[in-house]
This record gives sequence, structure tokens and C-alpha cells, in this order.
Amino acid sequence: MHEAKHHTEHCHHQAKVAASDSTEDLLREKEQADQAYYKRLMREMTIALGLGVPLMLYGLFIGEMTVSSTGERIGWLLVGVATLAVMLFSGRHFYVGAWRSFVNHSANMDTLIALGTGTAWLYSMVVVFFPQVVPEMARHVYFEATAMIIGLIDLGLALEIRARGRTSEAIKRLIGLQAKTARVLRDGQEVDIPIEQVLQDDQVRVRPGEKIPVDGIVLEGHSSVDESMLTGEPMPVEKAKDDEVVGGTLNKSGTLLFRATRVGKDTALARIISMVKQAQNSKPPIGRLADVISGYFVPSIMIIAVISALAWLNFGPDPAIAFAIVSATTVLIIACPCALGLATPMSVMVGVGKAAEAGVLIRNGQALQTASQITAMILDKTGTITEGTPKVTEIVALAGVDEAEALRLAATLEQGSEHPLAQSIVESAKERGIAPAKVDQFNAIAGHGVEGGVEGRTLLFGNEKLMRDRKIEIDTHLEQAQTMASQAKTPMYLAADGQLIGLIAVADPIKQDSIAAIKRLQKDGIRVVMLTGDNRDTAKAVAEQVGIKEFFAEVLPEDKSDKVSELQKQGEIVGMTGDGINDAPALALADVGFAIGTGTDVAIESADVTLMRGSLHGLADAIAVSRATLRNIRQNLFGAFIYNAAGVPVAAGLLYPFAGVLLSPVIAGAAMAFSSLTVVTNANRLRLFKPQEH
Amino acid sequence: MMIINLLGLLLIALIVWWFWIYQGPTTQLDSGQITINVKDGVYDPAHIRVQAGESAQLRFVRRDPSPCASVVVFKDFDISEELPLNQPKVVSLQPMQPGHYPFTCQMQMYRGELIVE
Repeated sequence: MHEAKHHTEHCHHQAKVAASDSTEDLLREKEQADQAYYKRLMREMTIALGLGVPLMLYGLFIGEMTVSSTGERIGWLLVGVATLAVMLFSGRHFYVGAWRSFVNHSANMDTLIALGTGTAWLYSMVVVFFPQVVPEMARHVYFEATAMIIGLIDLGLALEIRARGRTSEAIKRLIGLQAKTARVLRDGQEVDIPIEQVLQDDQVRVRPGEKIPVDGIVLEGHSSVDESMLTGEPMPVEKAKDDEVVGGTLNKSGTLLFRATRVGKDTALARIISMVKQAQNSKPPIGRLADVISGYFVPSIMIIAVISALAWLNFGPDPAIAFAIVSATTVLIIACPCALGLATPMSVMVGVGKAAEAGVLIRNGQALQTASQITAMILDKTGTITEGTPKVTEIVALAGVDEAEALRLAATLEQGSEHPLAQSIVESAKERGIAPAKVDQFNAIAGHGVEGGVEGRTLLFGNEKLMRDRKIEIDTHLEQAQTMASQAKTPMYLAADGQLIGLIAVADPIKQDSIAAIKRLQKDGIRVVMLTGDNRDTAKAVAEQVGIKEFFAEVLPEDKSDKVSELQKQGEIVGMTGDGINDAPALALADVGFAIGTGTDVAIESADVTLMRGSLHGLADAIAVSRATLRNIRQNLFGAFIYNAAGVPVAAGLLYPFAGVLLSPVIAGAAMAFSSLTVVTNANRLRLFKPQEH
Repeated sequence: MMIINLLGLLLIALIVWWFWIYQGPTTQLDSGQITINVKDGVYDPAHIRVQAGESAQLRFVRRDPSPCASVVVFKDFDISEELPLNQPKVVSLQPMQPGHYPFTCQMQMYRGELIVE
């Protein structure tokens, strides 16, 4: 039975491993395929330009590319045949693609290139074979255009492949973080095994300087671990017994023995990789217009080419037919649907990858776009602005009870509560060696406190509101509590059988860099609002310390989302930052929900954006990256729109009546080839983006 | 000249009809699965009929090394999948409401659609 179970687990595990393994294999195969395609295109480009460049130079500096004698006809016929060979060798993929699309009633970039180069070649062959059918002035051949266009577009495609490869650098780096082997204890012996064979609950040993292979919980040892590659947090994190370690991070100083808790595709790293990949391929709404245009683009360009040719034939100067052919060819060649189509996905690819490098995981294109538009940011206080690990700082014992007794009673009540403040009380009692008693009829009153029976007494422990609700007299100590609150401490009242017996102040230290990060957000023009369940005075003191002017205090957990909608009703685009677990409804309601993780214990699936490290700088980085990416997309879309909107009319000859300018098809080919390369290169510029120094 | 102009207009009409109006042949999804070849600028088959309420498994096999073909996007379902070269990649779709759901490459040059009836 045990064996059967183990076997099932093993098989299940193998399946998981196969999935994680394939990510790396697929990437390697993709790179190999891209490399092979790159080489092929470069070869084809060399052949095409090998014919096109000398022909063009001949036309520019040596002779006319016209047909007027039999000798010239034979010469050009040979060139025409050579051009056909180039078309078949270097441009075959355009013609096959164009034909296959055509019979499928669709049209794409291949269609435009095939029609453009095909028209130029066919016209030239007509001039060679039947010069008498075209006017003398129009007996010009365009073989050089055909060869040059094919060569230039092949070159553009090849360079684009190279540039595209760079857009996925971030994901490659993440995949590269995965260790190849792990040292596990099997039958009392340490053995090195491939990472794929590590099972859940295996005991894994990591020495100084080694990568932590899978996720787990430390059993023995002490070390500092560099988690910067996942969280963006530059300081190494101390790890000891019962701490979590994450696969892909680097063990620095000591040796650790840990129990594997997540392996294969369940590790944090594997989930991050899969989420980043998914997000990189998703499109923000800003790209939708370009998609709609792309859908109608190619047939529209074909129609414009026909109209342009007709216009030249009807109204153009002599030789009208030559002008008509040149303009139609140039229109077909210059139009670049690819630049439009590439504008958005390339920037998203780089931007999402860049964010991941900074420890910011963006769920999809929609989240990326909305994050760039945020006007108001709600920050939950506990765990977001503060450390989230409150400590007891002051105990005031009253009514004949001493401090230790007050703490003991409070800890007794709080031992069943999961609230961070409750835990601080229990911890504090433990530190002082005070053992809590037994509690009866425990009841947690959300947002207010707790109550229960201890040693025959009815105890109440909580905030001012709870005391007032239960008619406990607290006015004599109100001032003392307010002083605590004004020092950013949270005062809590302890009452026994209807009488106040103590005041306990708990303070949650503000994270070291919260102030600087909040300043960054405010500098970006974002209205920062703090949200807390804490009392008004404490909230005010914390808000003042970190430089926040607006705050919502005494908010019950279930009312957090109301505050989000309150700001939304004021017309704000609202970001909400919380720990992703207690704030889930508010995070979901916000335009963008940011889950802030401490270390790597993150709820990756729960938010639009996950911040891997606890620092609020991650939040400012997320917004900075999303804004930079959207700016980049806008530049790309603008460039692609303008390029096509200006290029096509110029190619059609719109400038000719005013300036006597008609574009050469070769220039059009070069412009087209480099327009999509420009888009990819501009997207790659994002790789250099650095969030503001902090 | 008149004839040339008429021929030109006819050509424009043909382009409009061929690429925008004409409804090409469609392929019925058989027993929930279909293989779609991604090659030479087209999805083959590109127009697939699916019964409403039926889940669909689309098995894409990319034979075109061009990076253009490397991602298939179903924008209505927020799905985008990378297609490895010469290896099948199955995209599973949940039962759908009647309607037309396009699938394309990232640049909208490869185009196909699911016709759910």
C-alpha cells in the first residue's frame, strides 16, 4: 500500500518535473531554431544583395537601366533570370506564404512583398520581351529593386530575430537560476542527484556558495541567503531553523539542512517563471486599436496601390505606365503591418521581464496598463508601511494588578487569536517566561478585540470602542492612552469583570525605507492614502511619521473594500497595497491590487501585481516600470502609425505634384525592413530602464 | 484608358470580395480535437466550427521558423501560448457561447477563427 502510494507520488512528481524541465528545453530549442533561421536569412540576404547592390550601383553611376537595343535586351534577360533565381532562393518564403494566404482568403506581409517584388519583376520582363508594348520612355527595368527589396527585408527579419532574442533575456535569467543538482539524504547518505529527482519531504543539504535547489524549511544550520535574484532585495536574509528557503536563491555563509516542501513546477521560482511568461505574451488594451487596423491593413494597402496606379495612369506625366508601376510597387513595399503588430507585444515582453528582475510580478497586460494610470494608492498600514511584527512597548497595571499579571491575562486571551497585535502580546509573555492560563468561551470581535473567561473572571481586551460598547469606565486613563497613540503606539485596554485593570501599548516599527518610497510615490503625482484598523491617534501618528496626509483609521477588515470604492467614486484610479491575504476583497476591487510579500512568502496568484520583497520601493518600482513600458508602447504605436500614415501617401506619389519627389521602391524596401526593427530596438531600450535610485 | 480604369475598379472589387466578404470553407471540430498546422503564413485549417457548450482541444503544430508564428493569441479568452517549432502544443478551451472567436499570431498576420454554433 505504502509502495503504491509512493509510486503514485513518484509518477505525479515525474509529470511535474517534465513540465518544469520542458521550460528550459523549449527555450533552448527555440534559441536553436531562431539561430538556424537567422543563419538562413543572412545567407539569403547575402545572395539577394549580392545581385541587387551591383545592379543598383550600375544604375546609379554607370549606365541607364533601360532597354533600347537587342544587346541590352539579351543582357537584361540574363539579369532577369538571375533575379528570378534570387527570388526563388532568397524570397521563396514570401511567395509561398503569399500564395497560401491568398488561397485561404487572407493576406499578410508576405502578400505585400510578393506583390511588390513580383510586379517590378514582371513589368521588367515585359519590357525585355515586348518593349514595343510600352512607351519608349518607360522601357526601364527594375530588377535591382526586386533583388534589393528581398535582400533588405531578409536582413531586417534576421536582425529582428536577434533583437527579439534579447527581449526574453529576463525570463532566460530566471530559468538560469534553477540549480541542476541537489544533495539529498537518502538512506543516511548524502547523494548528489539531478534536481528532477528531488521529492517532497527529502532532506536537502546546501553548502556555502551553493544554490538552494528547491523550496523548503530549514531543519538545521544557520546561514545568510542572497534572495536578491527573486525579490530584488539587496540585503542577504538570515536563515535558521524553521525559516523558509526558496529554490534559486544563493546560500552564502553557512551550511543548511532543509526539508523540501515544494519541488518541480510547484516551486516559487517555477511559478514565477510561468507567470512571467504568461504575462509577457498578454496584451494591454492599448494595443487593441492597432489589432483592429492590422486586421484590415493588407487588403487596404492593395487597394491603395491599385488606386495609386490608376491615378498615375490617368493624370500622371509621361511615362505614366512607369510611374504607375513604380508607385504601386512602392506602396506595397513600404507598408509595414509588422511594425504595428509588434509595437505592443515587444514592449510588454521587455517591461514585464524588467519588472520581474526588480522583484515585481505583473499578472497581465491589463494590470500593466492600469498600474501606469494609477492616481491614488491605498496602503494598508500593518505589514505594508510597518514591519507587521508589533512589539509590546509599555504595560500600565491598574487596580492592584501587577504588570506581569496584566500581561499574563492578556496573553491568555490572545493565544487563540491570529491578529498580529495578539501575537505580539503572546510573544512578549513568552519572552518574560510567563505561561498563559486556560481560556473559556473565547470570542473574537472583529476589529475590536477579544473576550473570554479566565479563572472565573470575565475578561475583555481590545480598543476604546470595545470598552465603551461594554460600558467600561476608561476616561481616567484616556489621556495616557492618547499619549501612547500620539507616539504611534497602539493602546489596548484590559478589563476584568467590568473594571479596567491594565493598558498595554504595542508598537509596530515602520519599515526603514517606507518614508523614502512613499515620497517617491507622491513625487510621481500619486495621492497616497493610509488604511488601518488602528485607532485614529495611532494612525495619525504613523501617517505623520511617513509623510502621508490622508488616512482611514478604525476600518474593520470587511470595510476595507468600501474605502477603495469611495476613492473610485471620486474618480480616482485606485491601487491597493496589502498583504494579499487579509486584504483580498479590497485588492480585488481596486483597479490594481498589489500584494506585498515579506521575503518570498507571497500569494503570487492573488493579486494583479505581486511585490516579492517587503519594501514599498517595490511598489514605486512597479509603477515606474509600468509607466516606462506604456510610454514605450505609445512611442512604438505612434511611430508605426506615423510611419505607415506618412510612408504610404509619399510612396503613392502624393508629394510629386508639389515637390517632384517619387520614392524609389528600394528606399521603400529599406524603410519597411527597418521599421519593424526600430520597434523591437525601441522596446529593447526598456532593458536599460532603471527605477529611480533609492 | 476607360477599360484600364474599369479593370482597376474590378480589381478593387475583387480584393474586397476575396479578402473581406467571401466566407471560406470551414472544418468541423471532430470529437473535441483538431490539429492545426502553422505554416507558410496560414493556420490550416483556419476556420473551425465548434458546437456550443463543447470544449475544444486545438493541437497546434508550428512548421514555420519565423518568430511571427511563434505565439498564438485567443484575445477573447485572454490566452496566449508559445508554439514550439515542429512540436505539437495543445490549447484547451472550455465550452463556449455561440459566436465568432478569432485566433491570431501576435501581429494579426496569421488569422483563424472558431465559429461556435
